[in-house]
Amino acid sequence: MNESVLEKLKILAESAKYDVSCASSGTSRKHKAGGIGSAAGWGICHSFAEDGRCISLLKIMLTNHCMYDCAYCINRRSNDIPRATLSVSELVDLTIEFYRRNYIEGLFLSSGIVRNPDYTMERLVRIVKDLRTLYRFNGYIHLKGIPGASPELIHEAGLYADRLSVNIEIPNEQSLQLLAPEKDFQSVFTPMRHIQQRVLESAEERKKYRFAPRFAPAGQSTQMIIGATADSDKDILRLSSALYQRPTMKRVYYSGFVPVNTYDQRLPMLKQPPLVRENRLYQADWLLRFYQFKVDEIVDDAYPDLDLEIDPKLAWALRHPERFPVDINQADYEMLLRIPGLGVKSAKMIIVSRRYGRINVSQLKKMGVVLKKAQYFITCNELPLQTIHEVRPERIRTLLTQPSGKKEDPRQLKLIFEE
Amino acid sequence: MIVFTYDKTFEGLLSCIFYAYERKIFPDIVLAEGTPLPLFCEEVIPILTEEKKSERVWKGLSKKLSQAGLAVITYNWLSELPDTENLLFRYIRKAIDAPKSIELNFGDPDVLLASQIYKKVSYERHRVIQFTRFQKTADNIFFAALEPLYNVLPIAISHFKDRFSDQKWIIYDIKRAYGYFYNLSEVTEIRFETQSSYLITGQLDASLMSEDEQLFQKLWKTYFKSISIKERTNPKLHRQNLPVRFWKYLTEKQ
Ligand code: SF4
Repeated sequence: MNESVLEKLKILAESAKYDVSCASSGTSRKHKAGGIGSAAGWGICHSFAEDGRCISLLKIMLTNHCMYDCAYCINRRSNDIPRATLSVSELVDLTIEFYRRNYIEGLFLSSGIVRNPDYTMERLVRIVKDLRTLYRFNGYIHLKGIPGASPELIHEAGLYADRLSVNIEIPNEQSLQLLAPEKDFQSVFTPMRHIQQRVLESAEERKKYRFAPRFAPAGQSTQMIIGATADSDKDILRLSSALYQRPTMKRVYYSGFVPVNTYDQRLPMLKQPPLVRENRLYQADWLLRFYQFKVDEIVDDAYPDLDLEIDPKLAWALRHPERFPVDINQADYEMLLRIPGLGVKSAKMIIVSRRYGRINVSQLKKMGVVLKKAQYFITCNELPLQTIHEVRPERIRTLLTQPSGKKEDPRQLKLIFEE
Repeated sequence: MIVFTYDKTFEGLLSCIFYAYERKIFPDIVLAEGTPLPLFCEEVIPILTEEKKSERVWKGLSKKLSQAGLAVITYNWLSELPDTENLLFRYIRKAIDAPKSIELNFGDPDVLLASQIYKKVSYERHRVIQFTRFQKTADNIFFAALEPLYNVLPIAISHFKDRFSDQKWIIYDIKRAYGYFYNLSEVTEIRFETQSSYLITGQLDASLMSEDEQLFQKLWKTYFKSISIKERTNPKLHRQNLPVRFWKYLTEKQ
């Protein structure tokens, strides 16, 4: 290891940074004798970059040479940028030495496509195999599945990686073909299906035989780029919702398009990445995964795009005054979750506390309910205050979007301890 | 007004509980020895810390509360917040007197407050697990210093022991002037007697570092800079997620 790695690290981190998935969650692995490290089960962010995003894994490309020419990607072959390739021992050293200093939870490795998908995938698999078997690295590994790679290689990858991901990038096949002529939906969905199949098989096998090898125990994830094409939030969220029907799909990430190749006419000119929209999509995604919402309740033909001014749950509530007010002391868990300003934690607290007695407004406040929002949607002992029926949805909307003294930054995702 | 005074140890607090139930005398307030007494004290009872008695109280509590409920008590203790002993005294009393477990009764202000403090302390434990940074010394010990808001090292150490079991390490709480040393087989509590500069700055002097330590620090700083997307720079979010009070000890922030 010497100073020359500095330059390579810089180039290859710059090339990898637009892939937004960073989580290290989903696997618990105790330390093994003779090995290095453990996996904590919940994502640990060890630092936060100056853009505010979590740094959990050493997110890096093996090489940023690429024979493809995807319009949205900084590494496309027609770009004249510095290129580099890490050697296996450099990559192993970086991972292990960073890990020992508690900088990271593990490795997130991807690669540009060199020669062909299988050749590239094979190189990636070899590295994670070495890390696990030769160097006995026991931390978290997230490996990128190369679109178009053969099932055999995907199968091998899952024996060593905690999570595999194949990125869809563009939520609609025509647009994908337009922007990434070398890719199609099949090259993405086939490896996804193989991962799914192997994860489920391995879970079955492990039921019968405890020592059967684990396959990608943290499942798979994917990413879509937001705002590079004309697709609506409805298109995006329908696809996410379909993906979440598959039991192994743990996360869909949304990445606000950063115009890295401004010369390409196929792409929109954006002054700034669409961060507010990205945040709203994450909130909607949250509603799908934890709040028992169906995708058609969030976006439909009448409302194909999320409201940028208010969060999707509030938007739903304002469209459905007939479901309110909700009685805090009576409603079931599912209905509590529908109240704007009330999250999973407070809903659970309300349910358990009700066993001991009725709940009043000051207790709600202490439990973390945002009354400023919730007040229009609940009744609770001493209430009724002014509910949605007296105040009217339009007025509530104005009240809640009016800039108050301290305005919260809508780009900031409040959900920090996720998964 | 009845006042119990105790020696400011956890065992001491449990001994207060034992005394109260044994004599059926319940204090209006529990105070650490040496704290100025309130006005209108009718009776001040100094409580002797006795390990056997405190153990008996703890055993009794284990029957009344789940593991999580017991953790609420220890985490609150480690918060070192003013008046913790009185909150805990009330919490424990309620736990003992109630026919069923009180730990989920968030309608009770003491239970709610204790659970909120529990959460704060566990977040701080989490932050220590996130933001501890080791530097490798010339004698192959990985050294880390920090100043947690609450006294959370005792509840964070098991994580480090599991994860970094094949390297020697020291994690030192500068604010409370103690830490833990792991020698590849067991963890022991340590205190440095001398005031070396790394106990003030948290950073090892280059002369004390292992050969490639500086290179890896440089690599990490390079990575930290490169991974940020310039178009998304957001200093407010950055500071919110990475509290400034940790920066002093973060390699990437030097
Ligand atoms: S395949 Fe496309 S997205 Fe992937 S590195 Fe190459 S150009 Fe970029």
